[in-house]
Amino acid sequence: MTAVEQAPTADSADLERPTSEPVEEQMDGQLHSLPRRHAVLRMSEVRAAELMDGETIEGENDQTMLMNMGPSHPSTHGVLRLMLELDGETVIRSKPVVGYLHTGMEKTAETLTFLQGPTNVTRMDYAAPLFNELVFSLATEELIGMEIPPRATWIRMLMCELNRISSHLLFMATNGMDLGAVSMMIYGWREREQVLRFFQKVTGLRMNHNYIRPGGVAADLPDGWRDDVLHLMEMLPPRLEEYDILMTGQPIWRDRLQGVGVISRDEAIALSATGPILRSTGLDWDLRRDMPYLAYPDVDFDVVVGSYGDSFDRYAIRLNEIRESMRIVHQCLEMMPEGDYRAGDAKVTPPPRARIDESMEALIHHFKIFTEGFKVPEGEVYVAVESPRGELGCYMVSDGGSHPYRMHIRGPSFVNLQTMPHMMADSLIADAVAVISSVDPILGEVDR
Amino acid sequence: MSDDTAKDAEVEQAEAEDVEAAAQPETAYGCPVSYSRGQRVIHPGRDQWLDVASQLLADGWNMCVDVTAVDYLSYDSARDLPDGVAAERYEVVASFISHRSSERLRARVQVPGDDPTVGSLYTLYPGTDYLEREVFDLMGITFDGHPDMSRILMPETWQGHPLRKDYEVGVIPVQFKAPAGKGSE
Repeated sequence: MTAVEQAPTADSADLERPTSEPVEEQMDGQLHSLPRRHAVLRMSEVRAAELMDGETIEGENDQTMLMNMGPSHPSTHGVLRLMLELDGETVIRSKPVVGYLHTGMEKTAETLTFLQGPTNVTRMDYAAPLFNELVFSLATEELIGMEIPPRATWIRMLMCELNRISSHLLFMATNGMDLGAVSMMIYGWREREQVLRFFQKVTGLRMNHNYIRPGGVAADLPDGWRDDVLHLMEMLPPRLEEYDILMTGQPIWRDRLQGVGVISRDEAIALSATGPILRSTGLDWDLRRDMPYLAYPDVDFDVVVGSYGDSFDRYAIRLNEIRESMRIVHQCLEMMPEGDYRAGDAKVTPPPRARIDESMEALIHHFKIFTEGFKVPEGEVYVAVESPRGELGCYMVSDGGSHPYRMHIRGPSFVNLQTMPHMMADSLIADAVAVISSVDPILGEVDR
Repeated sequence: MSDDTAKDAEVEQAEAEDVEAAAQPETAYGCPVSYSRGQRVIHPGRDQWLDVASQLLADGWNMCVDVTAVDYLSYDSARDLPDGVAAERYEVVASFISHRSSERLRARVQVPGDDPTVGSLYTLYPGTDYLEREVFDLMGITFDGHPDMSRILMPETWQGHPLRKDYEVGVIPVQFKAPAGKGSE
């Protein structure tokens, strides 16, 4: 922790990024809708390290302090690192530093076949793995131009909505923990575990399922799935009521969140924020309703919006999205069609195990799919779904081979992270923690 | 299912539009238009990119959701580009959303391999800040006018741009046998 002056010095020009916007602002763009853009700290890590190493620069006027937070700090949700410029306890400027979990997954995707792809992408947003698999599979299917059976579509929808519930329950837990409601942490994890137990029964794994694959899903729902889901749906409502009693109406909780981390609608749009952050500003934008995919036009649900754009709105939106997801799950239970759980296209989906024993052709297809993979026609496509964090997009380019030529994931956490310095500007450090929590970033998806 | 038929209709319509486009090239915002699996794509030139983007913003495309890039170095077959668009090594791909009309639009800008620079969307769409930094970091394309063209995912001192096709994937050889004289029976 060392003092840093407000303006960059001339001799450090190559290391230190300019603090003011160097861009000519004569253009009529959205930059004008960001009144707090001065709060974005643009300083290289090298420069910051020098300053923290004890090199002190005496400023003429106010002295501010550069403080490092993370990458391993309990309230930074994994390995997010923040460089905070503080004046006393007030955050002046901040810079999220990311990349600690970067493993080059987009590069890896180019070496995996389309069938192996979901094992890779599922590790990006590890709190909502099924959405990653879904968007990858939808992009592949869009390129092939294949249709999947209705049962596969409904299974995908059921599983994704349950995943949205488990992801938001995780948010409830971590949000509670960050703000000192420690019992909420235990409750959130406990309920989430129940949902994950169902995932384990269906997919074999609690996380990183590789369940949704191009052509359908990996396996049909197991016997007794309906009872398990009904059990979850009975278990959750009283627990959500409990959360309401514990937090929603509680004065301390409200004081910690209301009016904290406020973002305006113009700011959210200019910063390409999506998901609960965008909806907290009152814009009712949900890809499930506005650009429907799967069978979302066939189910009834409401898009939950806030009105103040503060952390409390984002908390309340996620809590109520659990309820909306439960509505969708109930409708999935009612409307789940019978039939195949994956497409019958022998070139894309592996044949059923029993067929391999009887048919030479099936054996060959099985072998070819798992060795060289299936070929996907040339083209490029962008597909997006509404993940618990916002627009999860997949841009895929195929050159006609069995591997994606290029696969890019537009992670909502990565883009939403840009809102953080704006929300934190001129707030206290304690509120900065509330802001990190309410952005709900998953660093696996940020870094990819 | 209804959405399937709707999709079919969409594809048919797109194909019909493709046929139409063959007769009379379709343009939007002064650039050629193509359809990829029914998705509308515009192909602005590198020089007109910022002008086109400001037209897009003025025309209600109020959010730029994604900026990415593709390196077509090892792409063997001829790329499907409309007439008048010369293929270059890199392509910067930006996706726009109009909240009012619930539509998407994609722009593909050709960027030559010997001069990988293109104008930054930052002043128009500040949300492209991190996305352009990511493209710079992993693909090595510089965005002119960006306030902080620095690496974001790789370490600051990293050499090279991993998502380029001529950047080798590291391989650790797998040893199936113990080396001679070590633990071998």
